[in-house]
Amino acid sequence: MKTTKNKTKKEREKMTTKKTQKLIDKKGIRLDGRKLDELRPVKMQVGVLPNADGSAYLEQGRNKILVGVYGPKEAHPRHIARQDRAVIQCRYHMAPFSVDERKSPAPSRRDVELSKVIREALEPAVFLEYYPRTSIQVYIEILQADGGTRCAGITAAALALADAGIPMRDLVVACAAGKADGKIALDLMDTEDKVGDADVPVAFMPNLNAITLLQMDGNLSIDEFETAVNMALEGCKKLYVHQKEALKSKYITVEEAKEE
Amino acid sequence: MTSDIVVNVKKKRITDILANGKRTDGRGLTEYREIQIESGVIERAEGSARVRLGKTEILVGVKVGTGTPFADVPDKGVLTVNAELVPLASPDFEPGPPGEKAVELARVVDRGIRESKAIDLEKLCLESGKLVFVVFVDVYVLNHDGNLIDASTMAALAALLNTKMFKYTVKEGAIVKKPGYNPLPIVNYPVSVTFAKIGNKLILDTGLDEEQVMDARLTMTMDKDGNICAMQKGGGSGYFTKEEIFDAAKIALKKTAELRKLVVKG
Repeated sequence: MKTTKNKTKKEREKMTTKKTQKLIDKKGIRLDGRKLDELRPVKMQVGVLPNADGSAYLEQGRNKILVGVYGPKEAHPRHIARQDRAVIQCRYHMAPFSVDERKSPAPSRRDVELSKVIREALEPAVFLEYYPRTSIQVYIEILQADGGTRCAGITAAALALADAGIPMRDLVVACAAGKADGKIALDLMDTEDKVGDADVPVAFMPNLNAITLLQMDGNLSIDEFETAVNMALEGCKKLYVHQKEALKSKYITVEEAKEE
Repeated sequence: MTSDIVVNVKKKRITDILANGKRTDGRGLTEYREIQIESGVIERAEGSARVRLGKTEILVGVKVGTGTPFADVPDKGVLTVNAELVPLASPDFEPGPPGEKAVELARVVDRGIRESKAIDLEKLCLESGKLVFVVFVDVYVLNHDGNLIDASTMAALAALLNTKMFKYTVKEGAIVKKPGYNPLPIVNYPVSVTFAKIGNKLILDTGLDEEQVMDARLTMTMDKDGNICAMQKGGGSGYFTKEEIFDAAKIALKKTAELRKLVVKG
């Protein structure tokens, strides 16, 4: 019931925010000054949590996301263990203070669904078969939300998994494209998502040309959908560069420190 | 849960047969199992429908109640979708609050109805800001033999089309029933198709065996104008390529139109 409320809340804002509010001006410039195919500024850092086996912190626009990875370790409860591979246990969770109106810390139905689709977006990347009967725990905390948190969460979670030294086929990187003011735009921020007409989050493994998460809500023709997916994938490729930089920079700093 | 070893054996067999363009039960890759739709099966509910998709069986009941609208949309009725994986439907279902499978099922069905604006919610307002109709769509899985999403979407649409609302007048903020019924204002017909990827093949309407071995799953819900209104990738640890997804959208356009004809008569 709670989530229905949450979902409807978004729906409500969608309906009440004046349609007259221009999201994109005549020159194709958005409310925050971005072009249609421009990402928000991003910041990524790995190894930020001393206790976790792997961790990452990511900012994308005003999104602030922290991910901690534990494992592979013995699976609990025992019945979730698989004989031929590791399982990923994933929790997507929003801090009560992450949004305008306090969000109850209890998991909403939205959180349950997102935890599932994020897990399924990460699974294809990890060599789960290397660690039978174990569990890899991925904890995603949204400290501040500004639209596109599931994608930012995936991008950060992949970094944390890599930081934990878990063997992976590729990093997973995610980005959404959507439709606002009748135009397809990349990486929707909160207002664009709420007032806009559609949202298409995509997760991607660039080296394998593999799409591991795809959702959509709103209303798009097949042509618009194809444009949105292509735009989201371009966004993913740009974020992928930042991801690799973030991983490298952890070790580069260490080496420099040694030389001194 | 069938053991991992049995699943691996099954997977090999199903994949081998698929490589020759066939399926274990003889169907074509995009062919649905026999679909039976019965409406009005629960007299106590304002609307109901039972859909059988092969051996998968879904019952959807619609109840209409009243409640207060959300503060920011004072002139619109409220839609709530819930799904129950009833323990009698499968040895894998257990009693208790809805797990992630049930939550996902409910939310995918909800997204299709909501985003296609299938129900004209503005017509469900009784008194602005105070009293509106609340439409409860409850999806009840009675037998699980694969493809719960498509069967549930169809059953939900059939049940909504079957929903009758009593006539009423509003007196001093309360409802007074009058004799007779009106249909629920349904203005769009969202229908979903769910693809499964096994090996490098995409198939539609998976049976339980196929679902256990699939690499990934992709649902596309389309409205009556052939626009996409909801999409969900899930199931398994596999992925899709962009080309596979774009091909799937074209198949979905055709297939949803076919299925819609079965649910929406005339």
